[in-house]
Amino acid sequence: MRLGNNRLEVTRVSKAYATKVLDEVSFDLAAGEIHALIGANGAGKSTLSRIIAGLIPATSGQMELDGKVYAPKNKADAERAGVQIVQQELNLIGSLTIAENLFFNRLPHRFGFIDRRRLHELAKQAMQTVGLGEISLDMQTESLGVGVRQLIEIASALSRDCRVLILDEPTAALTNQEADLLFERLRQMRTNGISMIYISHRLDEIRKLCDRLTVLRDGKFVCTAKVAETPTAQMIAMMSGDSKKPRADTEPAADLNTPATFVPSRRISNDNDNDNDVALRVSKLCRGPLVRDVSFELKRGQRLGITGLNGSGRSELLRAIFGADQAESGEVQIANSTGRRFSHPQQAVRAGVALVTEDRKLDGLLLPLPIMSNVTIASLSRFATIGFISRLGEHTTTADLVGKVAAKCDSIEQPVDQLSGGNQQKVVLAKWLLRDPDVLLLDEPTRGIDVDARQRIHGLIRELAARGKGVVIVSSDLDELLEHCDSIAVMSAGKMVATFNRDQFSLSDIMAASFSQYHVQGAPQS
Amino acid sequence: MKPSGLGRISLVNRDLKQYVGLVGVLGLLVVVFSLLSDHFFSARTLTTIVNQIPDLTVVAVGMTLVLIIGGIDLSVGSVLALSSATLGLAMIDWGWPFGLAAMLAIAVGVVFGVTNGTLSVWFGIPSFIVTLGMLEVARGAAYLATDSQTRYIGKSVEFIGVPLGVVPISPAVIVAFGIVLMSHLMLTRTVMGRYLIAIGTNDNAVRMSGIDSRPYRVMVFAFSGLMCGIAGLMQASRLSSADPNAAVGFELSAIAAAVIGGTSLMGGRGSVISTMFGVLIIAVLQTGLASVGVEEPFKRVITGCVIIGAVLLDAWRRNK
Repeated sequence: MRLGNNRLEVTRVSKAYATKVLDEVSFDLAAGEIHALIGANGAGKSTLSRIIAGLIPATSGQMELDGKVYAPKNKADAERAGVQIVQQELNLIGSLTIAENLFFNRLPHRFGFIDRRRLHELAKQAMQTVGLGEISLDMQTESLGVGVRQLIEIASALSRDCRVLILDEPTAALTNQEADLLFERLRQMRTNGISMIYISHRLDEIRKLCDRLTVLRDGKFVCTAKVAETPTAQMIAMMSGDSKKPRADTEPAADLNTPATFVPSRRISNDNDNDNDVALRVSKLCRGPLVRDVSFELKRGQRLGITGLNGSGRSELLRAIFGADQAESGEVQIANSTGRRFSHPQQAVRAGVALVTEDRKLDGLLLPLPIMSNVTIASLSRFATIGFISRLGEHTTTADLVGKVAAKCDSIEQPVDQLSGGNQQKVVLAKWLLRDPDVLLLDEPTRGIDVDARQRIHGLIRELAARGKGVVIVSSDLDELLEHCDSIAVMSAGKMVATFNRDQFSLSDIMAASFSQYHVQGAPQS
Repeated sequence: MKPSGLGRISLVNRDLKQYVGLVGVLGLLVVVFSLLSDHFFSARTLTTIVNQIPDLTVVAVGMTLVLIIGGIDLSVGSVLALSSATLGLAMIDWGWPFGLAAMLAIAVGVVFGVTNGTLSVWFGIPSFIVTLGMLEVARGAAYLATDSQTRYIGKSVEFIGVPLGVVPISPAVIVAFGIVLMSHLMLTRTVMGRYLIAIGTNDNAVRMSGIDSRPYRVMVFAFSGLMCGIAGLMQASRLSSADPNAAVGFELSAIAAAVIGGTSLMGGRGSVISTMFGVLIIAVLQTGLASVGVEEPFKRVITGCVIIGAVLLDAWRRNK
């Protein structure tokens, strides 16, 4: 069905990298409409909006803007056509003023000099559109709060010719008042005929603000519906796709990993007294806005998955446990030791905790150094006599481990930056295998890694659990957790809201829990 | 699946290979100057060169370690001068015996090194800024200690720099060589050495591996200070006096020697032995150009070109 008054029509748009992330998605945006785009992590919301905004090209499919073919080559192209995007990452230049940032690539000038007076007039007008007309335009943006910076970005988008405005989680950093102010502005713009695509996890906002919504799941279009006619429960059901059932483990060790109850301890603690079966106990841990009063318990031999929407505090929780970021309150207890808070990873590692970080290049690996140095760095004292490293011991141990994790390489002298992502991750795992911690925290251990390496890594994790280690796995890929974990805890807006045991796994319940903290304080639900 | 060649220990080979280029450059310089000048290639010239360089060598060794952890120490020349001034003050004004005065002079170097390290590591100030400040502080202190005059100490310190009877090299050279060897072993064989390279490569990854890098980084600056203290004694002995104007611009020579040897200013890569070759190359170049009769301004131009050329060569070899 084609309506005459559609502002934007997207027809069978696909995007493929190694795999298809967007699969023949179609949707339309009416003039003067606020249209919500919702879906779980990896549903394709961001990909779709980036294609519309000209940031990445589509692999196939067509778009029409006001009845004319619309195929932006880049962001500038899209901006000229009247399509603006406000992204989650803030793109302001901290050392420049508000006014300079607003008009950065189109500063008014005369004879090559910036026309300050004209810039001020324009900037004042622009800031009025977001209700900040009184702000001092000469302030450097680095001195401002995230909320104000977000509004500046929106003002910048609005100050251009704007027919379609894409907002990606615009309220993530805003207070309730700031958000309400923003909504008021957006409603005003709607009456002026501007069309908006609104991406958010916060279903209460969508209910307050949006006219229609489109649901994406696993890169596919699910449906478009009127917000007023769609109960929240149904939104969640559509995002999660009710039909999916948890899968059983596919590999031989499966018998160890299909507990019937929440407590998987007795079957594993065959090598030790059974009272010592707690590996890690976290009590009321707090750190900033994304780790709020989190408590949970991890048994020896348990693989606990942690899921949640992006920005729900999963990585932040792991970092706070590990002492990479210092927690403000609460306790971490390893096995039967007394509770404490780690203020440096050194304390955590000495207490028997390891963290495989989300970004292995940033803080997991010594990229230009040989595999061997990377594997042994956390356990060097094991090879040392009065400070001198035994080369032979280091070599044979590393060679053993590299073989065990099946990392493909020419030699253990090879620099790590020459390896593929999967093999790099195996090197990181080898580092911690050597250190032999009691608790292993894994942050997105298989992101961007090929299927073989993924299997191998999960095989290693299963072995570690079988040896009585406690393992926490954070992943955006819920399927991965359903397949490989004994239980799954759900984080929502910094809180741990629910824990499911293997026999209770249900996609829609997990999804509902993920969204729970994003609509409890908001408007009443229908 | 199992990686090949894992059992073989090939570290020794790799180490030797990295010196081939430097030894080649050094040899080439010696040949060129021997052809250009009749009296360059003689035992006397060569022992003169060797006896001239121990102070620069030990300071450059300290600098190499600082550069490896991604820092820089601009205060070395001034701290060296202060150490030598302290020696003069203690021996002449206070009448201390050499041994005690020498210990004090070395201690002054270490104190400055520890201060540099503490300020930059614990307070997060870039070492460039901290040591730039210390460059002024130590130089000023050296003037204060000597009343801005060169203090003649005399025979009691000369023995350090005078060649021994049996071999034509001085105790200072032996000490410098010992320091080079020990630092090399420390860097390549010990846990501490591995940590230093890892810290310079990616301090974040070191931290997330459960290692607190801060004490190691302070130790490196302290070591650099210690080297300045020792070099202060060496220089005082060569001049037979405490000169507050000594070693101006020494930091640049030390950095140049390290960089010629292939040490990266970005951290994570460097070798003490290579730095020693860097010092030798600079010394041979200086003496050689003088013996050929090149005047000071041209000497400086040529030395500058050699430094840049060496780094270009290194970059080219690395990208090959």
